[in-house]
Amino acid sequence: MPDSKLIVPAKKRISRRSALKLAGAGAAAAVAGFNPGAGFVRYAQAQSSEPIRIGFQVHRTGIGAAYGRWYERTTTAAVNMINEMGGINGRKVEIIAEDDGTDPGRGAEVVEKFATQHKCDVGFGTLFSHVVMGSAPRAGELKLPYYVVSEGHHVASGTLNRYTFQPGITDVKSQVIAMAPWIAKNLGKKVCMIYPDFAFGYDHRDYFSAAIKAQGGEVNALIPIPPTETSFTRYFPQIPADTEVIYHVMVGPAVLTFVKELGEHFGSEHPPLFGFIDSLEAVDLKSPGLEFLEGSYLWEAYPRFAGAAPQPQDVFYRSKVGVDNLGASLTDPADISTYSHMFGCWETLYIIKQAMEAAGYQGPADKAKLIEATEAITTIPESDQHPQGDKLFNGKIHQVFGHQNITQVKDGIGNVVYRTTIEEGLYEPEADYTKMAL
Amino acid sequence: MSAKSILLHLAVVAALFALQFVASDYMVLVLTRIMVLAIYAMGYNILFGYAGLLSLGHAMFFATGLYAAALGVTRLGLGIPEAFLLAVVIGVIVSLVIGLIVLRTSGVAFMIVTLMFSQAAFLTVLYFGDYTRGDEGIVIPDTLRQFSVAGLSMDLTSPVLRYNLALGFLAFAIAVSLLVVRSKTGHVLVAIRENENRTAMLGYDVARYKLRAFVLSGAFAAFSGAAYALMFAYAGSTLASIQYSIHPLLWTLLGGAATVLGPILGTAIMFVLVDVASGFTTATLLAVGVVLILLVLFFPKGILGTLRQRYIRWLP
Amino acid sequence: MQPGHPCKAAHPLAFFPHLLLALLEGTVAAAVLALAALGLSLVFGVMRVVNVAHGEFFMLAAMLAWWVAKMVPGGPLAGFLAALVVAPLAVGFLAFLTERLLLRRINYDPEATIVATIGLLFVIQQLALSLLGADAKPVAAPFTYRIVFPWFGFSGYKLFVVAASVALLLGVWFVLAKTRFGLIMRVTQFDRETATAFGIPVNTVYSAVFVAGAALVAVAAVLIVPIQQAHYLMGLDPLLMSFIVVIIGGLGSIKGSVVAALIIGLADGVISMFFSPTLASIIATLAVALVLVVRPQGLYGQAPR
Repeated sequence: MPDSKLIVPAKKRISRRSALKLAGAGAAAAVAGFNPGAGFVRYAQAQSSEPIRIGFQVHRTGIGAAYGRWYERTTTAAVNMINEMGGINGRKVEIIAEDDGTDPGRGAEVVEKFATQHKCDVGFGTLFSHVVMGSAPRAGELKLPYYVVSEGHHVASGTLNRYTFQPGITDVKSQVIAMAPWIAKNLGKKVCMIYPDFAFGYDHRDYFSAAIKAQGGEVNALIPIPPTETSFTRYFPQIPADTEVIYHVMVGPAVLTFVKELGEHFGSEHPPLFGFIDSLEAVDLKSPGLEFLEGSYLWEAYPRFAGAAPQPQDVFYRSKVGVDNLGASLTDPADISTYSHMFGCWETLYIIKQAMEAAGYQGPADKAKLIEATEAITTIPESDQHPQGDKLFNGKIHQVFGHQNITQVKDGIGNVVYRTTIEEGLYEPEADYTKMAL
Repeated sequence: MSAKSILLHLAVVAALFALQFVASDYMVLVLTRIMVLAIYAMGYNILFGYAGLLSLGHAMFFATGLYAAALGVTRLGLGIPEAFLLAVVIGVIVSLVIGLIVLRTSGVAFMIVTLMFSQAAFLTVLYFGDYTRGDEGIVIPDTLRQFSVAGLSMDLTSPVLRYNLALGFLAFAIAVSLLVVRSKTGHVLVAIRENENRTAMLGYDVARYKLRAFVLSGAFAAFSGAAYALMFAYAGSTLASIQYSIHPLLWTLLGGAATVLGPILGTAIMFVLVDVASGFTTATLLAVGVVLILLVLFFPKGILGTLRQRYIRWLP
Repeated sequence: MQPGHPCKAAHPLAFFPHLLLALLEGTVAAAVLALAALGLSLVFGVMRVVNVAHGEFFMLAAMLAWWVAKMVPGGPLAGFLAALVVAPLAVGFLAFLTERLLLRRINYDPEATIVATIGLLFVIQQLALSLLGADAKPVAAPFTYRIVFPWFGFSGYKLFVVAASVALLLGVWFVLAKTRFGLIMRVTQFDRETATAFGIPVNTVYSAVFVAGAALVAVAAVLIVPIQQAHYLMGLDPLLMSFIVVIIGGLGSIKGSVVAALIIGLADGVISMFFSPTLASIIATLAVALVLVVRPQGLYGQAPR
């Protein structure tokens, strides 16, 4: 019984099932399932008029909701741009968005939905590491090319699969390594680290400790904070007397309390602070309680404040996603964007476009070619498609490496004081996905 | 047990079996999840619906099964069947130990004590993050999910195998539930739920029956957790959090507590609700909340419970 | 701030200053706990219903506090005072609707109430997300005053919250113990049937108690939110903590709730300052469980009749 072209080919092992499906599919599909017949008839028509379907796994609810909103906005802007310029291989791009609630279990279900119900060509957009960990295995199993927009090190570490890529944002290991030289040279060599007591925090703890040591410095205290903590004063007494830099990377809504309490506890007598903008994405630096950040330093992937002389690519990008020179929404100055993360969506979509065009992607049958075309990408120049800066992509570990920025906060505005080279953030690859079978 | 009830339950299992041939690929995946989690709900129902004990901490047993299976496969190098059995056994032991402690309380104190133990378990998962990988969780690679049983080689990456395995497990759970519920134990549990003092005065060892129910429900939960980890290749700390203690309560109440099929229906409805709602609106939670409120107003005993009360008196 | 400028403050703190900080933090934690639990103690104690949406009332009030502060000109103090009026009214009204349209219809059946209030929880959470957004919202305290100890600084507002908490608790105690309304409430709590026999309109009392409980939790939220921040997921923590406090303290006993809040707050403050926080949490959680295992009626509750 030949597999009909009408239905997405099932595995050979279950040919009996395909046979029954052929027999009963027409009537039964309308009865069972929640997608009565949609999709399987349309594929019989000419492929070229069909849109490219990108399944967008977005954190609309849950702890990632603040990011999800801006991811959605940026994605829409990018897709509009792509379609205006003719789409991919002459086909329009269609985004199918599903909320994963920032939950790994639900994320896996959403991936299943993209692959089997919505018949997406690729999956895209996941941010939070633990959701990526829960979702990517399903993508690999269902053979859905999965382009995450996350900062975790899990893709590059080889833990996941050959279908998962992280081509838009540099991973946390690289970010942290790139920070160490500047910190050691300009702020101090004895660093006290305050970090959340889970995977994201451990990445900072492990990679930064090694990196600062390589610069001749040391971490003189490690202060892990439980993820559900609402009050931080109790941890401050652990900060040693000879600390030269306080390195903090708190995430979640409680970070506002963290900064406020730092201020209350220390007053003006404190060592320099070095933090990560992750803590303050979507938060106005002029918010009450954040006065303590004055003069402190922040890592940013993509500086929120455009500065006096922004690059034309940055101007273009900001106008398209609807953000002003202060990183706030053009329609609401109080609505601050997640500027250091959302660019990942824009750039990842363009990478998908680039790879699909290089592979001559026509449909799911070209998946392997798409994977290989993505892996073949090496240098990515700065452009309207990649406004954050030029980058290097390592096809073996499926991870991109870009410039990082260090910003100082003055009067509630950030000014870039240093931009790292890509080399400063490179590390030895730990895996090789290209050796895995597809 | 009446022939009618047996036939009904057999019919449900048969219908689920037939469903896989007509349902879409996606529905098959969703149903597999529903079936695995329905086992969790059914176990919870034995304790809550029949014995009347509202636990807010069953996620700890689910998580026990989940992590025991996942760690068994990834760290101890066990095969799938061995890891599964190990997980269930550990689940039974843990429920026994916890049960001996918490069953000294009842009512609201029981609720909080179970909640506290579950929170402690959740925090322990995070504390031993070096092994459990905390919130990021453990991914079970595809290569480890193949095994052979009685000479047949099986691959858990196959949706068809998973579906039928889950169905087999569910059928087993239904059979056990029916047996328990219709047995003397089941009736004593209901008596305890209705009036514990009187049951004690009638000479029944109430503590022992409650413990039985508790261990049984914990075992079901661990069973479900182990199956979940092995079939979906992921064990993470979010699965040990409070939400996963609330879920079986919700599913059971929705479908009908103190009915054998109620939890299955409840689980299915919640999944479908979330899924369908997310296709229409970004405010999925809102839709779910509204539906819950409406259900409670019009089907306070859960769907099957209300049906039983009004029409189908013989439903177990 | 100069590079390489080490901590001027005497860190790590010597034992006694460290203990002082721990005690201060613990007292604030206890005050926050007691405030959040007060409304629940009333509702749970009198009506015996588990309002799973209790934490969402708290969150709603906190979000309102932020919103009111944004809308009202005149600085944080004006915003704070306005919120103290608006939030309890709004949340109280929501509670009134809930009680009338929902709880009464299901006749306060314990299981149905749980499901219904879980539904309510989802609805309120989603509405907050959709209407007010997912970002954390800081709320400025009505006044900022930093108390400078020789070893560290401490927020004056936090101590104000402690004082406000004491005042509120005394106020509620006074109403319960010395007024007629309080008497009616206590009678209804003691035995619903007897109360009806005495001509007390139990349903009206329930309504009033539920609304009062919600208003109290709203006041608590307005007081507490300047110490933290408002966020649409913030309701879970107050929900859990309130339940723990109320049940450990013993159902129906405000004094019990206060004592429980003190013990938990202070113990948590002190233990977590000296030990690993996650481990301390595990120990604290198990300790709470064991208290209940040994004494299921809580510290001041009545042993089951």
